[in-house]
Amino acid sequence: MLSGLMSPGLVVVSEALIVGLSMIMLVVLMAVAMIYMERKVAGFMQLRLGPMRVGFWGSMQAFADVLKLLLKECLTPNGADKLLFSLAPFIVLVVSFLALAPFSFAPGLQMWDLNIGVLYVSAVSSIGVIGILMAGWSSNNKYSLLGAMRSGAQIVSYELSAGLSIIAIVIMCGSLSIHDIILSQGDGWWIFKGHLPAMFAFVVFVIASTAELNRAPFDLAEAEQELTAGFHTEYSGMQFAMFFLAEYTNMFIVSMIGATVFLGGWMPFHVYGFEAFNNIMDYIPSVIWFFGKTFFILFLIMWFRWTFPRMRIDQLLKLEWKYLLPLSIINIVIAAFITIMGWHF
Amino acid sequence: MEAPNQLIPVEDAPGEFVINVGPQHPSTHGVLHLRIKLDGEQILDIEPHLGYIHRGIEKMSESLGYKQFIYLTSRMDYLSAHMNNQACSLIVEKGLQLEIPERAKVIRLLMIELQRLASHQLWWGSAGLDMGAVSPFFFAFREREQILEIFEETCGTRLTMNYITPGGVMNDLHPSFVKTVKALIKQFKVNIHEYDKLLTGNIIFQKRTQDVGVLSKELAISLGATGPVGRASGISCDVRKLHPYDGYEKLDFKEIVMHKGDSYTRYLVRIEEMKQSMHIIDQLIDNIPEGDFRVKTKAVIRLPEGEYYQRVETARGELGVYIVSDGNKSPYRIKYRTPNFSNLGVLQYIAKGSKIGDLVAIMATLDLIIPDIDR
Repeated sequence: MLSGLMSPGLVVVSEALIVGLSMIMLVVLMAVAMIYMERKVAGFMQLRLGPMRVGFWGSMQAFADVLKLLLKECLTPNGADKLLFSLAPFIVLVVSFLALAPFSFAPGLQMWDLNIGVLYVSAVSSIGVIGILMAGWSSNNKYSLLGAMRSGAQIVSYELSAGLSIIAIVIMCGSLSIHDIILSQGDGWWIFKGHLPAMFAFVVFVIASTAELNRAPFDLAEAEQELTAGFHTEYSGMQFAMFFLAEYTNMFIVSMIGATVFLGGWMPFHVYGFEAFNNIMDYIPSVIWFFGKTFFILFLIMWFRWTFPRMRIDQLLKLEWKYLLPLSIINIVIAAFITIMGWHF
Repeated sequence: MEAPNQLIPVEDAPGEFVINVGPQHPSTHGVLHLRIKLDGEQILDIEPHLGYIHRGIEKMSESLGYKQFIYLTSRMDYLSAHMNNQACSLIVEKGLQLEIPERAKVIRLLMIELQRLASHQLWWGSAGLDMGAVSPFFFAFREREQILEIFEETCGTRLTMNYITPGGVMNDLHPSFVKTVKALIKQFKVNIHEYDKLLTGNIIFQKRTQDVGVLSKELAISLGATGPVGRASGISCDVRKLHPYDGYEKLDFKEIVMHKGDSYTRYLVRIEEMKQSMHIIDQLIDNIPEGDFRVKTKAVIRLPEGEYYQRVETARGELGVYIVSDGNKSPYRIKYRTPNFSNLGVLQYIAKGSKIGDLVAIMATLDLIIPDIDR
C-alpha cells in the first residue's frame, strides 16, 4: 500500500533501512544475551552465580555495563597515530556486521541470497584482522603490537582450516549458497548424513573458528596474563566496547555458520523415511531450531574458554600447520570420494 | 655458568626491543619489575628490578623488642605467615633455652601444615590463571577459604596471623578446630582429584610446562634455590627433614624430590607436597596433647649476647633468621635469608631463550611472593 505512495527508489531505500536497523538491533540484543550467557556459564563453571544484582538474576547487568562504557571517556595515548587509532574499532565492527548479510534465519527470511554465501562470509570476516593490526600498531604500545602480530599470524593460519572444513560440506552439497545448503539438509543434517568426514570437519571447524575468534584456549592476542590485554590495551570507553561487540558478533556469526552448514540451520531434525516423526519435528518453529543450534555452538565455545589453559604461540601455529591443515586436506579428499561414489544419504 | 648481563642497553639492535613487565603486571603477582629484551617473541635477556615494596623490615626489627619484631615477619611472605612467625619464635626460644609445651608444638605444626596447604592451593589457582585457565582459581579458593576460616576462628585474622609467639602460641585452639579440620581434609582428599582433572592431566597445560624453564641441579645449588623449586631439580633441601624443629622428627612424611627440574616437575612437587601435608595433619589431628599452649615469658625478653641462626621450611623454601644480640632488649642486627630472593635469581638463567608465554609459566611455577624478596 505504501509503495503506491512512494517512488520505487524510496521503497528500496526504506526497505534497506528497516532491514538494516532490525539486523543491528538483533545483533546488539544477541551480543547482550551472549555476554549475559557467558557470565552465567562462567559463573556456574566456577562455583559461583555470576551477576545477580542488576535486574532479575542479573539480567540487566549487560545493559548497565554498556551504559557505563557509553559514558566513559575514550582516551587516546600521546604517541598514538590518532587516525588509525580511532579507525580501527570501526573497521573491526563494520566487518563483522558485513558478514551477517547472507544468513538465513527462517524459511524465506534472508537478507541477501548470495550464490556464494559461504565464501562471502569467510572472505569478509578475514578483513577484521586488518583492524586488529591497525589497533596494535597505532596504539604506540609494545604489548599491543605483540598482541596484534600474534593475532595476525593466528587468524591468517586458522582461516585455512576453517575454510577447508566448510568446503568438505560444500563438496557434498554442491552449492555455496546458504539457502541451498540448508534445503539440502531436509532429509538429515550434514553432520549425520556426511559420515565421518562431516563429523571431523565439524570438530576442525569448531577448533579453527575458536582460534579465529581469538578466544581461549587460543586467546594469545589478548593474553591477559602475558600482554595485559593485547591489541586493545590502550582502548577505553566506547572504542573498547566496539572491539568487545565485534568479538561477540563474530562469535555469533561463527556459531551461525556452524549451525547452518553442519546442523541444518533452521531445518528441523529430520530422519530420512520417518514421515510422522518429521512432521512432529516440523511443528517446532524454525526460530527455535536456528537459535537453539546457534546457542549450542556458542555454549561449546564458552565451555572451552572456561576450561582450558592458553596455548603458546609456537604450539598454536604447530597445531594448525602440522596437524589440522594436512588432516583437513585429507578429509576433503575423502569427502570428495564419498560424494563421487554417492555414499552419503 | 655464564653470568647474565647486568644492564640491558637501551639502544636496540634491529628487530630487538625492550619491554617492561611490571611493576604493575598481572602475572608478576606484585610489584616485581622485569626488563625483558625481546627478539619478536623470543626472550634474549631478563633483568629483574627490585625495591618497589622494600619496607625495611630488618632495620625496623632492630628497634623493636623480641616479642614485637615477629609481627613484622607476617608481612614478608604473607602466604607463609605462620612459618615466618615460627622461625622468629624458635630463634628467641633457642636464645632463651626455653622448652615449650608439647601441646604448643602440635598446634604449631597443625597450623603450619594448614598454611602450607593454603599457600599451595593459592599457588595452584594462580598458576592456572597465569596460563589462561580462569576456572582453577575459583576451585582453589573454595578450599583455601575454608582454611582461612579455620585460622580466623582460632587466630582472629586470616592473613597476617601473628599467632605463633616465643613460648608457644597466642591462644588455645577453638573448640570446633578438630572437627572442622577433619571435615576439611576429608573433603580436600576428594577435591584434589579435580585439581588433577583440570590442570595436571590437561594436554595444553602439560605442553606449556614440560621442558620449559629447566633448572639443572648444579645451577639450583649454586643459586641457592630451595623449597619446591630446589626439590624439583633433585636437591634434598627440606628443612623439616634435614634440621627438624618443633617435633617434625617424630612424624612420618616423605620429602618430595624429583629430578627433571622443569616447570611441570615443580608443579608436581607442590601437588605431592599438598598430599604430604594432609598426611601430617592426619597424624596430628587426633593426638593433640592436653596441657598448656604457652609457657610464660618475661615481659621484656633479652637474648644473651651472641649470634643465633634458625631455619624453617616455608611453603616456598628455606627461611633463615640470623640475629646478633648484644644483650639488649632488641636485636643488634637481624637478617632474613628469604627463599623467594634466591628463587628469583634463578629466573634470568632459565627463562633466557624461551618465549613470553614460557616466562609466565616459569614465574608461575617459581611461585614468587614479591614482599618476601624486598622485605
